[in-house]
Amino acid sequence: MGSYQASFRVWRGDDESGALQDYTVEVNEGEVILDIIHRLQATQAPDLAVRWNCKAGKCGSCSAEINGRPRLMCMTRMSTFTEDEVITVTPMRTFPVIRDLVTDVSFNYEKAREIPSFAPPEGVAPGEYRMQQVDVERSQEFRKCIECFLCQNTCHVVRDHEENKKSFAGPRFLMRVAELDMHPLDAKDRQKAAQEEHGLGFCNITKCCTEVCPEGIHITDNALIPMKERVVDRKYDPVVWLGNKLFKRSGSKS
Amino acid sequence: MTEIERHSFDVVVIGAGGAGLRAVIEARQRGFRVAVVSKSLFGKAHTVMAEGGCAASMGNANPNDNWQVHFRDTMRGGKFLNNWRMAELHAKEAPDRVWELETYGALFDRTKDGKISQRNFGGHTYPRLAHVGDRTGLELIRTMQQKIVSLQQEDFAETGDYEAKVKVFAECTVTELLTNDGKISGAVAYWRENGKFVLFETPAVVLATGGIGKSFKVTSNSWEYTGDGHALAMRAGATLINMEFVQFHPTGMVWPPSVKGILVTEGVRGDGGVLKNSDDKRFMFEYIPDVFKGQYAESTDEADRWYDDADNNRRTPDLLPRDEVARAINSEVKAGRGSPHGGVFLDIASRLPAEEIKRRLPSMYHQFKELADVDITKEPMEVGPTCHYVMGGIEVDPDSGAATVPGLFAAGECSGGMHGSNRLGGNSLSDLLVFGRRAGLGAATYVEELGERPAVAESDVDAAVARALAPFDGPADGENPYDVHAELQQSMNDLVGIIRKAEEIEQALARLEELKKRAQQIVVKGDRKFNPGWHLAMDLRNMLLVSECVARAALLRTESRGGHTRDDFPGMDAEWRNKLLVCSVQGDAVDVSPKEQVPMRQDLLELFELGELEKYYTDGELAAHPQRKA
Ligand SMILES: Cc1cc2nc3c(=O)[nH]c(=O)nc-3n(C[C@H](O)[C@H](O)[C@H](O)COP(=O)(O)OP(=O)(O)OC[C@H]3O[C@@H](n4cnc5c(N)ncnc54)[C@H](O)[C@@H]3O)c2cc1C
Ligand code: SF4
Ligand code: SF4
Ligand code: FES
Repeated sequence: MGSYQASFRVWRGDDESGALQDYTVEVNEGEVILDIIHRLQATQAPDLAVRWNCKAGKCGSCSAEINGRPRLMCMTRMSTFTEDEVITVTPMRTFPVIRDLVTDVSFNYEKAREIPSFAPPEGVAPGEYRMQQVDVERSQEFRKCIECFLCQNTCHVVRDHEENKKSFAGPRFLMRVAELDMHPLDAKDRQKAAQEEHGLGFCNITKCCTEVCPEGIHITDNALIPMKERVVDRKYDPVVWLGNKLFKRSGSKS
Repeated sequence: MTEIERHSFDVVVIGAGGAGLRAVIEARQRGFRVAVVSKSLFGKAHTVMAEGGCAASMGNANPNDNWQVHFRDTMRGGKFLNNWRMAELHAKEAPDRVWELETYGALFDRTKDGKISQRNFGGHTYPRLAHVGDRTGLELIRTMQQKIVSLQQEDFAETGDYEAKVKVFAECTVTELLTNDGKISGAVAYWRENGKFVLFETPAVVLATGGIGKSFKVTSNSWEYTGDGHALAMRAGATLINMEFVQFHPTGMVWPPSVKGILVTEGVRGDGGVLKNSDDKRFMFEYIPDVFKGQYAESTDEADRWYDDADNNRRTPDLLPRDEVARAINSEVKAGRGSPHGGVFLDIASRLPAEEIKRRLPSMYHQFKELADVDITKEPMEVGPTCHYVMGGIEVDPDSGAATVPGLFAAGECSGGMHGSNRLGGNSLSDLLVFGRRAGLGAATYVEELGERPAVAESDVDAAVARALAPFDGPADGENPYDVHAELQQSMNDLVGIIRKAEEIEQALARLEELKKRAQQIVVKGDRKFNPGWHLAMDLRNMLLVSECVARAALLRTESRGGHTRDDFPGMDAEWRNKLLVCSVQGDAVDVSPKEQVPMRQDLLELFELGELEKYYTDGELAAHPQRKA
């Protein structure tokens, strides 16, 4: 495959006004959407705003919607499109636009702050933590999260429903609650708060969040559904909670 | 006087990577009000990209490991040019810093007995790198980010304000440090979002801004790595050391062109991957340098036995320090034994079962599959050197991280000394933790002891703002910042890259002069709202200054050592070992002067065999060694 000229439509504008703008731009072998955006910056639109850092799917900065699909621009290869296809790049829809492809994602940082942090076990000194690999693996899956916020952007509970933002942490942060709940040494009860404060009840397990996760984390199956089951199972019975904590290995999938 | 958003803090930490976050935690725990400022969103700093692991001699995988072994490995890796006190503190404190992360909630991979698992890496005698698959940096940064959130939650419980003690200024770039009577008094920054300026009034600044790799064309580094901290420190009157030492990581991706330079973790080799040339030969056995003779396996059989029985076999030369491996790859390619796209082969497919590769190296699997259509469980990767890390940085006091300017501290990649002429893999993440904490502490102690806080001079603020805005008023037919940047990257890559010679460095210096003039003529389009062209124009000023330091120091050092290879001076020269090249700037003029290092403390020197030291030291320096006297 050689180089060719591709047709791009890129959202240009801010929170007040804007429009899709057409560009014709060169594409070379092996390139990804982010390369093309960078070429636009260097040659046609020096002030085109875009976030990125790693260019390798590790930092979660370059989230956008490509032909309406929430994706990382650095991990979307041009070879997945035909040469005559018009490629439309727009900012994430759930968050206010700052400029062009850059959105105001502060909602996510606020939600992060509302989740009670890891509670270290009492009486276990640093260096004395002992955990088995099988026991940490579930939480490790969730800790792969690069905070691209694509799941937050996609979940229908808040996409186009501004009013729900206040009482719904979103899949990423409900998963954070699950991660701590499944941490072998975390000393806090989290299940009641998941339901009552972070809006787990809003989730009707449509799995849209899982579908867009670039890290392939099974958000719904491994975090949200088990969390829901735990909440229902024990109805906040402290004895059940204690049991869950003690038998975590078997309990984590229950 | 400029209308400007003003904040007052006890300590301002510039940089939200591993070093910055650890400094914030420390300063806050000492009771101070701390701001943390970063160019990117919170949690996106470079540290997030670190893959392989964090070195600490916990001895979980091999009980023979201890701080002395780690110290020796670090000094060898840096070819004995390291600041030995930093290497000592680092080796001693790294285990505590890693364990501490577990109390913040980190979940490292485990050994069978439930401890933190440790993996092999280049130059480390024992498996020493705490890791989480190949996404260790993400774990580190997220853990500390979450620790900061937990401190904010404590402050909220107490005061009703999350930001009472720690406030994050994300997507906010510092353009100038302010001093009064030679002491730090504040910093000027702008918000990327709207281009408005911010003034921080503070007696103490911790620089934790990372590296300089964006001045090179082929690099594993992101747009943030423009040497801002290095340049800010110099302009505030501080000094840089070791700027000639730039690490070219041996294994970056080489194909397709758009991903050229993206890192392939050394963990691939640590977990059994081997380098091969186009003749399918494991060439590293030909490249064991004299100083490491006897320490590495001499046959493939021995090398392969070492993975299972490290006590009775020597390690594979695939895991020599990075400078050695990068040069070897360079030579193979030059000799015509490279891979189709100008690298060599890195083969893990024939060495481990597919499932094991996916489990241990998930993000490498993903990266090659998605970006290069290569399935690393079935075919070898193509790899070649990429600009990765700068050993050089701000000259600091080892114990407190204090730079030569009162009130200024530095930690992490932007500081210099710890790694000498070449950093061992995994020693950066541990460096961030050890010296991030120490710099936070150093700043806190400084503020505690400081009497009156130096005042900010309004005229300095006005000048900083005017300088930042200048590119909007450039000549109508002025320069495009992207063009100037591309030429800078090409020049540094071609002329001050992995192999250097005097006339090329001189050419580079001439081009830098030209580029500096062109940079004055830059004009940016658009307004101040999230305008990447404008941001680049400001970053260029720093890149040009730092690149000049690299080139000038590289020209002066007439020997080859670690991350500085001179084609015209191929040997290592013991006379150069204890000499540091110190960079400073007066107005626009960069000065580079040699300076002697403090000799290593005797008890540390005695950790090495005389025979080994003789390979690096001059005779005179070893007169007091007990084996010499005996
Ligand atoms: C791909 C890759 C893999 C790596 N793998 C490993 C590994 O396995 N093990 C290891 O030990 N090391 C590894 N390294 C090296 C290591 O990751 C870095 O050296 C280290 O993370 C640097 O951390 P830091 O805290 O010094 O800076 P960074 O994490 O880079 O953070 C710098 C911070 O400073 C901010 N900043 C910069 N300039 C300004 C400014 N002007 N104003 C405001 N803020 C500013 C940035 O926004 C950022 O927040 C790797 C590096 C790369 C690139
Ligand atoms: S599964 Fe739940 S969290 Fe995920 S998208 Fe559906 S409703 Fe939202
Ligand atoms: S869970 Fe997946 S989609 Fe959601 S923020 Fe994390 S990485 Fe992104
Ligand atoms: S740039 Fe880091 S995920 Fe795309």
